[in-house]
Amino acid sequence: MKDLIGIKELSKEDINVILDTAASFKDVLKRDIKKVPALRGKTVVNLFFEPSTRTKTSFELAEKRISTDVLNFSVPTSSVVKGESLLDTVRTIEAYGVDFIVIRHSSSGVPHFIARNVKASVINAGDGINEHPTQALLDAFSIVEKKGGLNGLKVAIVGDITHSRVAKSNVYLLSKFGAHIRLVGPPTLIPDMAGYGVEVFYNMEDGLKDVDVIMMLRIQTERQGKGFFPSTLEYFKNWGLDTQRLELADKDAVVMHPGPMNRGIEISSDVADSAQSIILDQVTNGIAVRMAVMYLLGGAKENA
Amino acid sequence: MIKELLNKKDIDRVLSRIAHEIIEKNKGIENICLVGIQRGGVHIAKRLSAKIAAIEQADMPVGSLDISLYRDDIGMRKEQPVVRRTDIPCDITDKKIILVDDVLFTGRSIRAAMDALMDFGRPAEMQLAVLIDRGHRELPIRADYVGKNIPTAMSENIEAQLEEEGLEDRIILQAKE
Repeated sequence: MKDLIGIKELSKEDINVILDTAASFKDVLKRDIKKVPALRGKTVVNLFFEPSTRTKTSFELAEKRISTDVLNFSVPTSSVVKGESLLDTVRTIEAYGVDFIVIRHSSSGVPHFIARNVKASVINAGDGINEHPTQALLDAFSIVEKKGGLNGLKVAIVGDITHSRVAKSNVYLLSKFGAHIRLVGPPTLIPDMAGYGVEVFYNMEDGLKDVDVIMMLRIQTERQGKGFFPSTLEYFKNWGLDTQRLELADKDAVVMHPGPMNRGIEISSDVADSAQSIILDQVTNGIAVRMAVMYLLGGAKENA
Repeated sequence: MIKELLNKKDIDRVLSRIAHEIIEKNKGIENICLVGIQRGGVHIAKRLSAKIAAIEQADMPVGSLDISLYRDDIGMRKEQPVVRRTDIPCDITDKKIILVDDVLFTGRSIRAAMDALMDFGRPAEMQLAVLIDRGHRELPIRADYVGKNIPTAMSENIEAQLEEEGLEDRIILQAKE
């Protein structure tokens, strides 16, 4: 495999290899010396056309821990990048001799387009409302770590599903592994994903009943006033996760959030900081998963 | 054609001898930790550890080491080697570490193992125990304990088949396809 573009294109087998490899990298992160020489001499460019702190930091740390040389190429977000100039940008970067391109873009499909046009391995760090594969992989890793597997688990994904690439990638992944997926949120923010065997709940209480995993999504406050939901206060009243609602889930349910959290809008502070929250585990696991992805993409001969 | 070089009994006798040699050379087992290289070496190290523990009536710590991330041929193979778990049970600084592998060949795995282990600390000393030494070294590395020296041609393969992998214990030599 040359690139990681989306979960959709991966087989169950591929995903299992990534998760197993990530477990070994998580061990590396627990050592005094948290760095391994696996990809020494390889160069990565982080090409972010959209602002990102967490994903970019996580990738950068993973890249350093696996001994690649790291270039950060930030692109002004305001400029509309047309197909041709985008390709020029990427070709210029490739001429520097990079082996990996980690790309985030506000338009869906950009990583696919770039992957077809460069020899370097392309890793999608989030494209528009399409996919965010490494987030879904780290979420799966975090769930497996706590629950032992994915098959048969009841997973509620709560919030703005329509605009969430995290939700999409998670639905694709979880459905491959036989989890029971529930999409929970306002009718205006839940797309038709019937093909993936999801159940839809517009009522939070019904949606959370007996679930094993609750994945909260960030509500983008800039969507307020665009008719998707009345107000953030109203949103929390209907679809926010608080202690009372958490009690409806299985008593050992875990709470996840891809960050950054809006405390008091989609999640209450006491839930975010509770013993059931694995939000900080997700952050740590993200580094291990990204190292695993780079390792697995980075060595194959056909890439050379 | 497959040629059997050692059978179950032979392997057991060889490991008994190496266990005694380790104790003799180190005048006991104080401060010693065995570290097997994934995967074959891990099984051999565990067997040696059990034998040494029985002889000395004491615990013999044993760890496992994966060397995939320290290899010198990354990007030169068709697929990346599977990364297995590393588990070093003790602080290795100032310990005598005995690296254990099933087959010693070019010495490149041992070079990688030494580098990998150094990231865990600074051992007082490292020694090397192998079940089979098949020659063809490409690096200046030699074993302190050798089960059996078996001269081979580059066109041949040596495989240590072990019970821990669900096979019958035996060492075989066969021509590469």
